[in-house]
Amino acid sequence: MREFWGLTGAKRVCDRATCGACTVLVDGKREYACALLAIDVQDREITTIESLGANGDLDPVQQAFVDNDALQCGFCTAGFVMSCKGFLAELPSPTHEDILKGMSGNLCRCGTYAGIQQAVAQAAAAMAAKPRPAGLKIRRPNRSRS
Amino acid sequence: MSQYNWPLPGQRKLIGKSVSRVDGPAKVSGKATYTYDVNLPGMIYAKVVRCPFAHAKVKSIDTTAAAKMPGFRAAFVIQGPGTEIFWAGDDIVAIAADDEHSAEMAAGSVDVKYTVLPSLVLDANPNPPAPFASYRKPMDPETVGDVKAGFSQSDVVIESDYGMPVITHCCLESHGSVAAWTNDALQVHISTQAVTGIAGQLSAALKVPQNKIQVVTQYVGGGYGAKLAADRWGLAAAQLSKQAGGAPVKLMLDRHAEQEVGGCRPSAYAHVKVGAKSDGTLMAWQSESWSTGGLGGGSEPPLPYLFQIPNQQRQHTQIVNNIGSARSMRGPHHPQACLLTMSALDDLADKLKMDPVKLLMKNMNLLAARSAIYRQELATADQLMQWSARWKPRGTMSSGVVRQGLGVSMHAWPGKAHNFQCTLTINPDGSVLVKAASQDIGTGTRTVLAIVAAETFALSPENIQVAIGDSTFPASAASGGSGTAGGAAAAVRRASVDALAALFQKVAAALGTTADQLEVGEQGIGVKGGKPILTWRQACSKLGTLPLTMSGKNPGPGTLADSGACGVQMADVSVDTGTGIVRINKIVAVQDCGLIIDQKTTMSQVYGCLIMGVGYSLYEEKVMDQNLGRMLNANLEFYRLCGIGDIGELVVHLMTGSGYDERGVIGCGEPAVISPGAAISNAVANALGVRVPNLPLTPDRVLAALGRADQ
Repeated sequence: MREFWGLTGAKRVCDRATCGACTVLVDGKREYACALLAIDVQDREITTIESLGANGDLDPVQQAFVDNDALQCGFCTAGFVMSCKGFLAELPSPTHEDILKGMSGNLCRCGTYAGIQQAVAQAAAAMAAKPRPAGLKIRRPNRSRS
Repeated sequence: MSQYNWPLPGQRKLIGKSVSRVDGPAKVSGKATYTYDVNLPGMIYAKVVRCPFAHAKVKSIDTTAAAKMPGFRAAFVIQGPGTEIFWAGDDIVAIAADDEHSAEMAAGSVDVKYTVLPSLVLDANPNPPAPFASYRKPMDPETVGDVKAGFSQSDVVIESDYGMPVITHCCLESHGSVAAWTNDALQVHISTQAVTGIAGQLSAALKVPQNKIQVVTQYVGGGYGAKLAADRWGLAAAQLSKQAGGAPVKLMLDRHAEQEVGGCRPSAYAHVKVGAKSDGTLMAWQSESWSTGGLGGGSEPPLPYLFQIPNQQRQHTQIVNNIGSARSMRGPHHPQACLLTMSALDDLADKLKMDPVKLLMKNMNLLAARSAIYRQELATADQLMQWSARWKPRGTMSSGVVRQGLGVSMHAWPGKAHNFQCTLTINPDGSVLVKAASQDIGTGTRTVLAIVAAETFALSPENIQVAIGDSTFPASAASGGSGTAGGAAAAVRRASVDALAALFQKVAAALGTTADQLEVGEQGIGVKGGKPILTWRQACSKLGTLPLTMSGKNPGPGTLADSGACGVQMADVSVDTGTGIVRINKIVAVQDCGLIIDQKTTMSQVYGCLIMGVGYSLYEEKVMDQNLGRMLNANLEFYRLCGIGDIGELVVHLMTGSGYDERGVIGCGEPAVISPGAAISNAVANALGVRVPNLPLTPDRVLAALGRADQ
């Protein structure tokens, strides 16, 4: 992904499915890209950070991360944003407790969690206020990652 | 001659407000290009063969087999035969190949033979066993006043041991670079906190004129003090590129190496004795401390921390050990000194049957110039934590299996504005460009530069283009010691003030007045008190065809920056006495840092410090194995970082307004990381009724301390 397609938004950090900096959506569901072989995801839809925010506008999740300064060095940020996208697709109206559990698959070293907690809540509210695009499957809440 | 000062409180449109960081959109969209993301045409990849022994001598190196491997391009011996290696994971040979996998395979077939030497990797023992007697480097004792008399005049004396182990920086972007030669010129993309400095280091080490070197760092994935040097691997990447005919070479440390050799905060342990009068007046301090941090030993923590106790005797011993060497880490030496001192004072308060906040208040006279600020901060923190209403003596806050406790600590950090140079260009079309070699390690350098220039010109931050991270731009110091915000803000303020004055000169005639009669506002430039006559763009068009460029630097005239920030923190924890698990309920951080340029990113720095603080207080430790001589948790699975659910409620209060703003900008990237260890440890002691002597406060340590209390 990073070398052949130049999609460098997903980062290489822990290399063993721990930190979530490489998070992408596979068929709409969060996955650690570092733990997936390309051959195993053939014919499946992979969404990377680069596809967010069409037409130059930021996606509501991205905007919430900027508004709440939910980033510092930014190296974990793309992973967190994608994880948040997947999380809110699973659970569109999370409680604070849900956010702590549902976003626990990603790590940040600069210590931006306070902003991320607020950003996820803001994004959920912003997305709830907007009608869902037609055709998007609403998934059952899935908290297996917690 | 222009006057350089900050706009008065009522006049500030941006400074001190909450502004979103200007590179936020690039970072949330994956467009920010880090060193690891630099992929150049024809780029090849390097891997480093690392010494598996904690102490050894290189006997021989044979790269013949490696050179026959598919894709092999170049080999560079970093430390040749005869070299003594002092830690496992140290660089021996770097191999470049067409792709990463080939590089790894080729590196795997390099044959290095070693003579293994005895090694010491542990650090909790102040007296290492016999073969390592020379590893112990005691420093001369230092004495202030009469310590014997001080203790004899004390009504209460406590004596105890405290400590914290080595931790690692854990930058999520590992160290590394992409180096490429074009003829005799070298371009290096490198993950660093010192863009200007790296150019000088490469020049000296490679013997290449500095004007033939360009260092580029657009974004850095974490530094925390670990990325101030080019490092041996940085030089190796440049050498490999040269051997490979100038092809760009990407050499990034793998996660294991990053954890094992890319970062190390020295440990600190101490046996402390401290005495006070029955009213809490501190009388005497005695400490025997030691620390490790690899080949250079550990660093000496400034003991006793903050309080100038009248009678002191302190003696520190550096202990060399065979681990990846120490690198400065966020607030170097201070978290250690803070833990060792504030834990002892907390234990003393307990023995005095005194509220620890009252003990600190009682001794404010020992804090020199800052006592008034600490008083205000303690009072503010008290309110935010409801300390006075809630605090109870040790072990009595709550009963049952899960016990609650409160702890307090305080700290200081210089945060002096560092050397910073920039140029500021106003173009005839009204666009503005600020250039500086400096770097943004996540603290918000771009944002500070944009806010200050925008404030001066009554524009918005998005009107200011900021170009940093290039050593061919005006030189700036490394980002360390929390100096960048102050240096950047002061330098760009001077450049902007001068540029505005020059622009006034250009437009005065057109407005039929003189430059000193002009002012700038949101509507544009006009006569003071009157209506703006020219919009910003119209005014800039008077420049004709030539842009207007001014340079600014720090230090310089005017009081724009200061040093000396102090803070108070209070922690509220719950400890499960059955499992030993400590949970953070709430942390209150009250921090001063002079004039705040951007409330939002300053708050982020304090939040970040608290979260890193929770990490090193509860989870983080570089676990070394004495038999293997290696780090056992050199990954992010078993080197436990704080997670999003571990931080409790964080309350940050920045001291601003009269008495603070006038001092100018003081860096705030580090001070708040100093106190969490002591505040959390003291809260755990308050909860349990017994001190857990060493960080991190892991379940095994908590249960051991409880066992000791029961005996």
